[in-house]
Amino acid sequence: MDELFEVLRFGFMQRALVAGALVALMSGLLGTFVVQRRLSFLGDGLAHAAFGGMGVGALAIVSAGLLGAGAGVLRSPLWIALPFALLTALGIAYVRDRTDLSSDTAIGVFFAVSVALGVLAFSRIPPDVNLGFNVMDLLFGSILAVRAVELGAIVTAAAIVVAVLGATWGRLAYATFDDELARTDGVRSRRLEYLLFALSAVAVAVSAVVVGIVLMAAYLVIPAATARLWSRSLAGTSVRAVAIGVATTVIGVIGSFYLDAPTGSAIILSQAAVFVAAVATRRRSG
Amino acid sequence: MTARPDAGATTAAAAVATPPALHVHRVSVRFGDALVLDGVDFDLPAGHFLAIVGPNGAGKSTLVKVILGLVAPQKGHAAVFGRDAGDAPERIGYVPQLKTFDRTFPASAVELVVSGIRRRWPVRVGRRERERALAALADVGAERLADRPLARLSGGELQRAFLARALVREPDLVLLDEPATGVDFLAEHDLYDLLERYQARRGATVAMVTHDLAAARFHASRVLVLNRRLHGFGLPEDVLCDACLQEAFGHLGHRHAVAF
Repeated sequence: MDELFEVLRFGFMQRALVAGALVALMSGLLGTFVVQRRLSFLGDGLAHAAFGGMGVGALAIVSAGLLGAGAGVLRSPLWIALPFALLTALGIAYVRDRTDLSSDTAIGVFFAVSVALGVLAFSRIPPDVNLGFNVMDLLFGSILAVRAVELGAIVTAAAIVVAVLGATWGRLAYATFDDELARTDGVRSRRLEYLLFALSAVAVAVSAVVVGIVLMAAYLVIPAATARLWSRSLAGTSVRAVAIGVATTVIGVIGSFYLDAPTGSAIILSQAAVFVAAVATRRRSG
Repeated sequence: MTARPDAGATTAAAAVATPPALHVHRVSVRFGDALVLDGVDFDLPAGHFLAIVGPNGAGKSTLVKVILGLVAPQKGHAAVFGRDAGDAPERIGYVPQLKTFDRTFPASAVELVVSGIRRRWPVRVGRRERERALAALADVGAERLADRPLARLSGGELQRAFLARALVREPDLVLLDEPATGVDFLAEHDLYDLLERYQARRGATVAMVTHDLAAARFHASRVLVLNRRLHGFGLPEDVLCDACLQEAFGHLGHRHAVAF
C-alpha cells in the first residue's frame, strides 16, 4: 500500500491519472449519446480522423522547421488534429443529414480517407526525423508520458464538453428519445446533432493524442454500453458511464505500471472485464 | 362539398374573437417530385372532434406535421387558435404514431409524461412533477405503468402513456396520428372514451387521423376526407357517403363499415 502511495507521488503518474479521468469524463458523457444513437462507429471514425490530422500536423511541423523549437503549443500535432477531426465530424453529420446514406457508411468513407491522408503525410516525413512519438503511441497512446500542453488541452476540452452538455442535456436527450416529438416542442434537433458531433470530435482529438486511437474508440463505447446494461434512465447511464470509465482508468494506469504492461491495453481489458460482468448481471430493464 | 360549413354565418369580428382551432388555408406540400398535399383548405371551430380519413399515402400524416409546424408548406399556411403553426406548441397535445421513438431508450412512463410537462427530457423527476405525472397516468387508466420501462409496455399501454404525456398540460387541441394502429379493439374503445371525457371536461378540440371509418362515423363531429386533395369536410353522415368515399379511396371497401 505504501508502495502505491509512493507511485502516486510521481508527477507523470498524477498527470496520467488526471488526463485519463478527464478523458473518461468526456467519453462517458458523450458516449452515452453516441451509443444510444447507434453511432458507436463514430468514435473509431473520429479517432482515425485524429490520426490523419496528427500525420498532417506532424508533416506541417517538420516542414516548417518547428521541431524541437518554438512555443509548447506548436510542438504538438494536436493543433492540426483538432480542426481535422472537427471538419471530419461535421462532414459526417452533413452526409448523414443530407443523403440517404446511413451513419456507418458516412463514417466509413471519412475514416478511410483520414487514414489514407495520415499514412501519406507520415510517409513524407524523413525517417531520420525524431517526432517524439511512434506508431505504437498513436495506436495505444502514451498516457504515462502526457505532456503539459496535451493535459492543458484535455482540461480545456473537458470543461467545454461539461459546460455545453450541461446546457443542452435535456434537449439532446429528448431528441435522442424521439426526434420528431422533440421538434414539436421546439427542440432544434438537427443543430444539436451537429453540436454532438463537434463535441465528440473535440474530445476525441485531444484525447486520442494522449490515449491513442484504439483506446479512444473503446473509451467512447465500452463504459457507456456497460452502464446502459445497469441503468433504467439515460441520466443514470451517463453517471455510471463516467464512473466506470474513471475506475477502469485508475485500475489500468496503476495496474500497467506494476505489471509493466502497455497502459492502453490494461485500460481496455479492465473495461472489457466490467462489461462482461454487466452482461452477466444485467437488470432486465428491456 | 363545402370546406367551411360555417361560412357566411360568422362575422369578421366574431372570427377574430374566436379563432378556429385549426385554420388550414390552401396548403400544398411537395416532397421532391411528389405532390403530397394539394390546396387543402378548411377551418375547424374549437370544441369539435375531427376525424381525418383517407387511404394510405393520402398525406394525412403530412397534414398533421404541417399543423405542428414540422413541415412548411410550399403554398398556403396553417394556424392553430390564430397562431401560426408551430408557434404555440403548449396548446397542442400530440400523440404520434408509435413508430418514431427509440424503443431501446431507457425510460419509464413517468419520465415520458414529465417530458410532456417540461418539454425537455428530465435528468431527475421532482416530487411535484412525479405527482402530476402519476395523476395524468391515472386519468388514462395507466397508473400501474408508472415506473415500468417503456420497452416492456405493450402497444396499448404505450398508447396510454403517450396520451397521458399529451394531456398532462391540459392542451386545447389534442392531435393524434393513427393512435389505434397496433392496438386491440378494447384499448381502442377506451381511447375514444378517454378523449370524449377529456373533451367534455376541458372543452378541448380533438383531431385524429384514423383508418377506422366506423369509429369516425360514431365519435366524430366533423370528418375530413383526404387524398392529396380535400375530398370532403363536414358532418360524418354527409361526408362519409358512398360517392365521396368512392372518389377519395377509389373503391367502397367493406360497405358495412359505414352503414347508417
